[in-house]
Amino acid sequence: MAQLAAVIGTGQTRYKTKRGDVSIAGLLREAAVNALEDAGLGFEDIDAVVIGKAPDMFEGVVMPECYLADALGANGKPMLRVHTAGSVGGSTALVAASHVQSGTFKRVLTVTYEKQSESNAMWALSTPQPFAVHLNAGAGGYFAPIIREYMRRSKAPWDVGIKVAVKDRLHGARNPLAHLHKPDITMKEVEESMMLWDPLRLLEACPSSDGACAMVIAAEDAVDSSAKPPAWIRGGAMRSEPTMYAGREEVNPRAGRDCAADVYAQAGIRDPRRDLDVAEIYVPFSWYEPMWLENLGFAEEGQGWRLTMEGATSLDEGGDIPWNPSGGVLSSNPIGASGMIRFAEAARQVRGDAGAHQVEGAKLAMGHAYGGGAQFFSMWIVGADKP
Amino acid sequence: MSGLKAMSAQRDIAIVAFHQSDCQASAGATNEVELIMPEIRAVMDQVGLHNAQDVDFVCSGSCDYLQGAAFAFVAGVDALGAVPPIRESHVEMDAAWALYESVLKIRMGHADSALIYGFAKSSPGELPIVLSQQLDPYYLAPLWVDTVSLAAMQARLMLDAGKITEADMAAVVSRSRRNAMNNPHAQLAGDLSVEALLQEAPFVSPLRRHDCSPVSDGASAMIIATVEQAEAWGKPYAILRGIDHRIESHNLCTRDLTDSPSTRRAAEAAGVADGAIDVAELYAPFSHQEIILSRALGLGEGTRVNPSGGVLAGNLMMASGLSRVGEVFQRIVSGEARRGVAHATSGPCLQHNLVAVVEAA
Repeated sequence: MAQLAAVIGTGQTRYKTKRGDVSIAGLLREAAVNALEDAGLGFEDIDAVVIGKAPDMFEGVVMPECYLADALGANGKPMLRVHTAGSVGGSTALVAASHVQSGTFKRVLTVTYEKQSESNAMWALSTPQPFAVHLNAGAGGYFAPIIREYMRRSKAPWDVGIKVAVKDRLHGARNPLAHLHKPDITMKEVEESMMLWDPLRLLEACPSSDGACAMVIAAEDAVDSSAKPPAWIRGGAMRSEPTMYAGREEVNPRAGRDCAADVYAQAGIRDPRRDLDVAEIYVPFSWYEPMWLENLGFAEEGQGWRLTMEGATSLDEGGDIPWNPSGGVLSSNPIGASGMIRFAEAARQVRGDAGAHQVEGAKLAMGHAYGGGAQFFSMWIVGADKP
Repeated sequence: MSGLKAMSAQRDIAIVAFHQSDCQASAGATNEVELIMPEIRAVMDQVGLHNAQDVDFVCSGSCDYLQGAAFAFVAGVDALGAVPPIRESHVEMDAAWALYESVLKIRMGHADSALIYGFAKSSPGELPIVLSQQLDPYYLAPLWVDTVSLAAMQARLMLDAGKITEADMAAVVSRSRRNAMNNPHAQLAGDLSVEALLQEAPFVSPLRRHDCSPVSDGASAMIIATVEQAEAWGKPYAILRGIDHRIESHNLCTRDLTDSPSTRRAAEAAGVADGAIDVAELYAPFSHQEIILSRALGLGEGTRVNPSGGVLAGNLMMASGLSRVGEVFQRIVSGEARRGVAHATSGPCLQHNLVAVVEAA
């Protein structure tokens, strides 16, 4: 059965609109070196390297592991490239973990990234396809109607999204790596920002960021190199469903519910709101917080928005289940890395390593990512206690 | 550093089913999902399964750039009937690496069975040019150095070092074409002598056109499982005894292009030398690369190399590596061979190599 594995190092870059000071390889190496230093290791200690990112067409580098092998010290080692749409950051972490949990390797380095300033995501997502209706749509335009359907069903107040946007930016102001620093943001400022895809305003959407996130995952007998405690992997799960099929529940996708049930069962979680101390959940558009609160079982269906409005997910309001204390995807979004940042931030929390956005005494945390038309999910649970 | 061989005492992996499409120069209006579906149906039928929910894990390999669309693999999921949702992952690599990820998933106990598939329709683009964008984006990709030209330089180094002759290269092609006459899925087959091949004009010197694999459209699929699951299915199977892969520097100037140290290292970790090798299927897109790989793997007279014709007879991008494993599996299950080695490659001039050892159960 699965061998025990733990995160013993995390490393991130500063997230910015444009990291003109480094190449793509330089960006990844910065995150990798930070993770190795955190783990108390060097490249020579690493057995295998697993990378992930969003589509190659973003930066225009085909199968970038070929180019990145040197920068990540992978020469002579196994190197794998994962690509599972927006959930890729989480999936990559799980695939990296499987290198250790299978008993095959002792220490694996995993890195995800996006350099959106050297990319044209809108072009890459809109290339004309034969035999298909041409689509010029960013993710916000895709998800807005699904959000409106959530609002209709749940009868949520109109300003729930605004509340999430403010909350996550206040969280982000505590995180020195976050792309957006808006310590003085107000509900009014968000409300008055430009409407992009009704009901999503500019400040209710994630930014476009350059950045990379890395982790070192180690086997049970190799966790002692780091000065910090390990974050034990207590469960990991992935689910996929088609973009479209008759009767598909798009507001509360079954793939997300199944994935959560799987990872909770592995970690022995019965009531996620009570059992977990903190969660880093992929919320690229504000309304996805209440929607995922329900999809992941933190609230009954139709009630997720109440947790948001009551401040249950807010660090600043002393909520019982803080969501995205790092500021989340709403504060930093290097697409391919965004999922892994959630996973790494969950690990930081249970290692007591989260600085000004630390949730006091966090012992059990969840990392979550989704992608495609909310059809791909990856999740993990990490804990301070060895299972 | 240990390869997966070290784990074999714990959980043996059985290859239970494999199928590959014809290698077509152009699949015409057939799209990727339509290329995948018959292959998935074929391997499901081999095992007696009905749908993707009957296996514990699904993993695929493909390349967005060959389809000309970001997230192209997402459409591939439509071939699976993933309702209710499935445990599924994807590598932007040849599906041989999807096999590797699936093996890890089974070894860790999170799955007892896996469906793996790879697919590409390379014909709509100019494959050698598309793959030039694999190179360093700042220094090399802007030069648009195509894969054929890079391979030609590698062949030239081999010739200049006296490690091969042009007749050696032609002998590889001659054997490939002759073997392919027995492979119904091959694109190029025929009885061509070394002398006749050497009469052909150079293409990108020293390579002649026949030294280069053709551009092909198609897909292949495989089902693997624990031995216990394979026994329960009651179908013939082969054992995947070892699998390992290694990457080399991207900087061509720092590599010895006349050798493949990453293949040798992967072969050691996969346990190639632990027994006689009856058959080898090598992913050598250029004739001289088959010679580099055979030497790196230490293959001798007793090994039949590329009895399918190899990728010189038809090269399904993103599936050819998986197909090499599948070809060895089929020869073992049919009783033609007891033990074989399969190889997959990625990147310019054999930068990244995977080696698998398959044995009779």
